[in-house]
Amino acid sequence: MVLIAPLGFLGDYQLFRLTLIATYALALLGLNLVMGFGGQISLGHGAFYASGAYTTAILMTSAGVPYWATLPCAGAAGAALGFLVGWPALRLRGHYLALITLALATAIPQALKCKALEPWTGGVQGVIIDKPGAPFGLPLSPDGWLYLLALAITAVAFTLVANLLRGRIGRAIVAVRDHTLAAEAMGVHVARLKTRTFALSAALTALAGSLGALETEFVSPDSFTVFLSITLFVGSVVGGVASIGGAVAGAVFIVMVPPLANSVSRAAPGAVYGVILIACLYLMPSGIAGLLRRAAASSWWRKRKRGGEHVA
Amino acid sequence: MSEAKPPLLEARDVAVRFGGVLALGGVSFVAGHGEICGLIGPNGSGKTTLFNCISNICRCSAGEIRFEGRRISGAPRHRMAPMGIGRTFQNLALFPTLTVADNILVGAHHLGGAGFVAGMLQLKLGRREEERARARLDAVADLLDLRNSLAALVTTLPFAVGKRVELARALIGEPRLLLLDEPAGGLNHAEVNELALLLGAVRARFGLSILLVEHHMNLVMRVSDRVIAMEFGRKIADGTPAEVQREPAVIRAYLGAVT
Ligand SMILES: Nc1ncnc2c1ncn2[C@@H]1O[C@H](COP(=O)(O)OP(=O)(O)O)[C@@H](O)[C@H]1O
Ligand SMILES: [Mg+2]
Repeated sequence: MVLIAPLGFLGDYQLFRLTLIATYALALLGLNLVMGFGGQISLGHGAFYASGAYTTAILMTSAGVPYWATLPCAGAAGAALGFLVGWPALRLRGHYLALITLALATAIPQALKCKALEPWTGGVQGVIIDKPGAPFGLPLSPDGWLYLLALAITAVAFTLVANLLRGRIGRAIVAVRDHTLAAEAMGVHVARLKTRTFALSAALTALAGSLGALETEFVSPDSFTVFLSITLFVGSVVGGVASIGGAVAGAVFIVMVPPLANSVSRAAPGAVYGVILIACLYLMPSGIAGLLRRAAASSWWRKRKRGGEHVA
Repeated sequence: MSEAKPPLLEARDVAVRFGGVLALGGVSFVAGHGEICGLIGPNGSGKTTLFNCISNICRCSAGEIRFEGRRISGAPRHRMAPMGIGRTFQNLALFPTLTVADNILVGAHHLGGAGFVAGMLQLKLGRREEERARARLDAVADLLDLRNSLAALVTTLPFAVGKRVELARALIGEPRLLLLDEPAGGLNHAEVNELALLLGAVRARFGLSILLVEHHMNLVMRVSDRVIAMEFGRKIADGTPAEVQREPAVIRAYLGAVT
């Protein structure tokens, strides 16, 4: 398909950036589930990303687990951490989840530097891992193989989440966001639903973190500061929180805009980034996905109207 | 020993206080199996608060409520629908970003058991449940004349249609007791007549009991087997529609309220 075509003609660096987009799309899929569909705010998804990355790195280096077997472990670790954080936070009303996740994101780099854990985490130094090569003698570079792997995992995750959102649980998640009391009166166990949604969200983002670790071949506390959480939050909002397509758009933003800002002004890339961000939020209040949806709807409408005139 | 079947719903000395306001000052009543029980009273007399106590949205500060003999006051809110108590809300509590069909389907949530895994993997359990729920959706949509609105967003509907969507959402959950808070809100004269017929049809078809809060006296007196009148958080009359209409306290309450 179209998405596999880049393997043919792109260089490793370009493939690496496409892999990053697929990886961030997976991370944002998790975040959008909580923020867009669940209506909760998480400022700490970087912590789940980190939990997945470290799970993979530690299992590979300390336990000799093959990289592919660490992927489900990373998802499980993310789900467990998400459950632990979400269980108390989601039983309280208001913005506790935002505050608690922010606290988690702030604490994670320090926790990773902790002396007692150094034999596994490598402390400030972090852990270096090997980029896996293509299996079964496939004629692919490691970057090509990782691109394919990330693409496949992300595509499967998007399909599963789309299935979920179309059915009983998806309706309940949105119902709770729209009118919690009415959803409860219809028999939705709100605290349980929110906690499970949050755990699934954390698992998806942790899985992305695991892929991210394989791509960068390295994890360290400084890769997972609170700034990563903010970046994910920004990507989610700019892409459009209330759709799963928005996660892809947000991932493109996260990967493409910082180098763009850098090329516009070497002196103050942060300021350029800020201006682009503000412009995006002004011009597309419902995110890139929202803008595309409206554009599609209006061109469809115009076509239909023109068709109608033909008949008349 | 033949034990009498407990009444469907029984409230004993239910009291609710909001800060200094005594919204309910010890209300007792019984609603029987298969009954349509009208609940009338001027604005602010505590009818909605009583509904909220039954569905545990409000906590009673005294007294208790029993459903089919089991104490329900104090139970978690999400347990009420599975126990068999469905309801609508006075000022519409629909899900604004969902379509009419999805709004109604949320009412069937408690009948299903397919969780996250079944939903993501489209397991048979979930697919079968969804088919059953959609079959019931078709049935209630036909009954309530919502067929042509199923794809619409609820925010685009007139208030009266929103009320019907709420009724459908409650009915799809197969309740044995239905709490309707002012279902005739936003209806014209002819539509109120249709609603009266509809409520009778709903009871016959689903074999349920209805507790009906309404301001349209004609409607209440016509469809109810029994009427309870309230004023200032207390019950002032309880009997057949004819008895309650003759009750001096009721006449006084309504004349006082009209002015
Ligand atoms: N959440 C609330 N907080 C404070 N007072 C309330 C609340 N709900 C109802 N009340 C008060 O309780 C009384 C009964 O209200 P309500 O049950 O809505 O009456 P009705 O439905 O018969 O019009 C009113 O005086 C109302 O102001
Ligand atoms: Mg009321």
